[in-house]
Amino acid sequence: MNQSEAAPDAAAETALDPAYEAKLRADYEGQSREDVLRDYREMLRIRRFEEAAARAYTRGKISGFLHLYIGQEAIAIATKQVMQPGDRVVSAYRTHGFAIALGSEPNACAAELFGKAAGLVGGIGGSMHFFDKKRGLWGGYAIVGNHIPVAAGHAFASQYTGDGAVTLCFMGDGAVGIGPVHEGMTMAGIMKLPIVFVVENNQYSMGTPLKRTLPVEDITSRAAGYGFASDRFHVTSVQETRRRLAEAVDRARKEGRPTLIELITYRFRGHSMSDPAKYRQKEEVDRWRLNDPLERTLVALKTIYQVPEQDLDGIDEAIVAEMDAAYEFADKAPPPPPEARFENVMAEGPYYGDSATTRPAGVE
Amino acid sequence: MPILQIRQAIRDAMKEEMERDERVFLMGEEVGYYNGAYKCSEGLLDQFGAKRVIDTPITETGFAGIGIGAAMCGLRPIVEFMTFNFSAVAFDQILNNASKIRHMTHGQFGVPMVFRGPNAAAHMLGSTHSQAFEHFYAHIPGLKVIAVATPYDAKGLLKTAIRDDNPVLFLESELMYSVKGEVPEEEYLIPFGQADIKRKGDAVTVITWGQGVPVALKAAELAAAEDLSCEVIDLRSIRPMDEAAIIASVKKTNRAVVVYHGWPTGGVGGDIVARIQELAFDDLDAPVLRVCYEDLPMPYAENLENLILPSPERALAAIRRVAYKR
Ligand SMILES: Cc1ncc(C[n+]2csc(CCOP(=O)(O)OP(=O)(O)O)c2C)c(N)n1
Ligand SMILES: [Mg+2]
Repeated sequence: MNQSEAAPDAAAETALDPAYEAKLRADYEGQSREDVLRDYREMLRIRRFEEAAARAYTRGKISGFLHLYIGQEAIAIATKQVMQPGDRVVSAYRTHGFAIALGSEPNACAAELFGKAAGLVGGIGGSMHFFDKKRGLWGGYAIVGNHIPVAAGHAFASQYTGDGAVTLCFMGDGAVGIGPVHEGMTMAGIMKLPIVFVVENNQYSMGTPLKRTLPVEDITSRAAGYGFASDRFHVTSVQETRRRLAEAVDRARKEGRPTLIELITYRFRGHSMSDPAKYRQKEEVDRWRLNDPLERTLVALKTIYQVPEQDLDGIDEAIVAEMDAAYEFADKAPPPPPEARFENVMAEGPYYGDSATTRPAGVE
Repeated sequence: MPILQIRQAIRDAMKEEMERDERVFLMGEEVGYYNGAYKCSEGLLDQFGAKRVIDTPITETGFAGIGIGAAMCGLRPIVEFMTFNFSAVAFDQILNNASKIRHMTHGQFGVPMVFRGPNAAAHMLGSTHSQAFEHFYAHIPGLKVIAVATPYDAKGLLKTAIRDDNPVLFLESELMYSVKGEVPEEEYLIPFGQADIKRKGDAVTVITWGQGVPVALKAAELAAAEDLSCEVIDLRSIRPMDEAAIIASVKKTNRAVVVYHGWPTGGVGGDIVARIQELAFDDLDAPVLRVCYEDLPMPYAENLENLILPSPERALAAIRRVAYKR
């Protein structure tokens, strides 16, 4: 565990390269065709959902900030696969992938992006604030780092009530410097909470590469300071990610010992839709594409499992149709009614504000 | 006169002050290589280098505090918050250090620095990214709070802020960075505590600042079409506040409406109303009204956001009401 791995040096490899193929075969050793097909399908659902989101954004159907997860899908799928009922995922503002992976309705996800009443949170939150409690998605936080103590609080509640649940708390590489991360982790370490902290190191915090935001290269070097176990690896397949996440989840559940995991990954799009990502070269993006778990899975299906091209096309077409239907639904869905803004502000019921200055006419 | 965007006026103010004074430096997220999340520091890294244009990790408490500590040693930091919503993370540094160091040390230290960045709602960013922070900061003695709405004001006031010996909170607007206007080539400074009359009138005084300014001006235009002449006062400086300008106008119009971004409860708007009734009670012919956010968190959905935001139409309704014209 915790072995440092160098950045992927796939520059010399190509999809047909023997070294690439040998590694691919090793990675998929013992994986059944059905499982790999399932992982492929699930990752592809996220990818196609988000590509459709990007198109809708370009057409002005979505506003605000839209952060895409393209390239990181394997993490959400592996997470779903290691969760038991009652376990929780808490993440930041790059969360569509978790929602789709955990089983949120694409219709509701798309409707949220469109600010419609049928959205995951009624059109109130938009892309940055996805929550779907019944599927284990506990946010959806847009202030960097401020969900880490909150996630520790969920784990504390599990310890307190003995519900046996594990909290999986995700953050970006850019988040690890901010205060609440340190405070939340300190508490989790002292209290031995059933939690796994996962840093999705996608190489950039907006336009800033990790080497300019962190004084050390290995984020998991922090684990020792909190008494955590740690792990660190490149995300190149769902199965390897699943295997290693499962160890940490197990440790949290059985021993109440937190783990800090650094997942080395890449986002292929800009930070948000307004970021042209001029701070990196095309060659860099291309090099990472060779390690794109979705792309690798597709190559494995073709070469190792000999899945006919037309079957794969069929899968893709069905998913594209599913997502197109979701965006069609979102487009036609009605916006929230005006009264929706008074809901869920206070526990007691509709709230019209404390001040006569802006209270609607006729409301006391 | 050259026409600049607000973002360019801000950049020029920083550039000129950095050229003038070695002690001035800029620090914040994405201010260097990225040229600023909203391009307010375009070219500054190239000109001044990484020693004086410093990209930080996402550590608001950290870089706000580093700014304060450096200012206590005599440097003149400009700390950029990507938006003021993130200044909440640094609130303790601003409240308990920046504003109090001079007082707490019996004058041994000062904190001559600027915290700047966009403030208040932009467009469909949801509740955590749509908040107006002047209402928090103007509450605090020891701070100065500035909000700008034109390139001319942005440049002149930012230069003053950088030269000021106190901590200054300098509020900009994401939605208004592209607003254009004339900016003189020669150097000028705008003193704090001086409101600017953005439109002359004699029937109703409309007091506003920051993102409220375009709303108030539009409302005044609509009112003019109904033969209601509004005087639009852009405070520019919230703390210190130009009470004299407000009162002089109210004494002329006998009516006032305050238009601003932010909630009604416990903020700058209520404070202005209190000052007017205290200083010009006998001159008032109508209750002073406020047009601001509804007292609710900001939803993402566009239709709901539009209901909550202060609009020219809502401002016009208030103007009509204080003029007893319905
Ligand atoms: C406290 C705070 N500061 C700044 C921001 C603006 N911001 C949003 S995302 C982001 C970069 C975060 O990068 P990282 O943690 O690596 O996550 P990624 O976007 O790569 O998933 C920044 C600076 C914020 N949301 N909250
Ligand atoms: Mg990142």
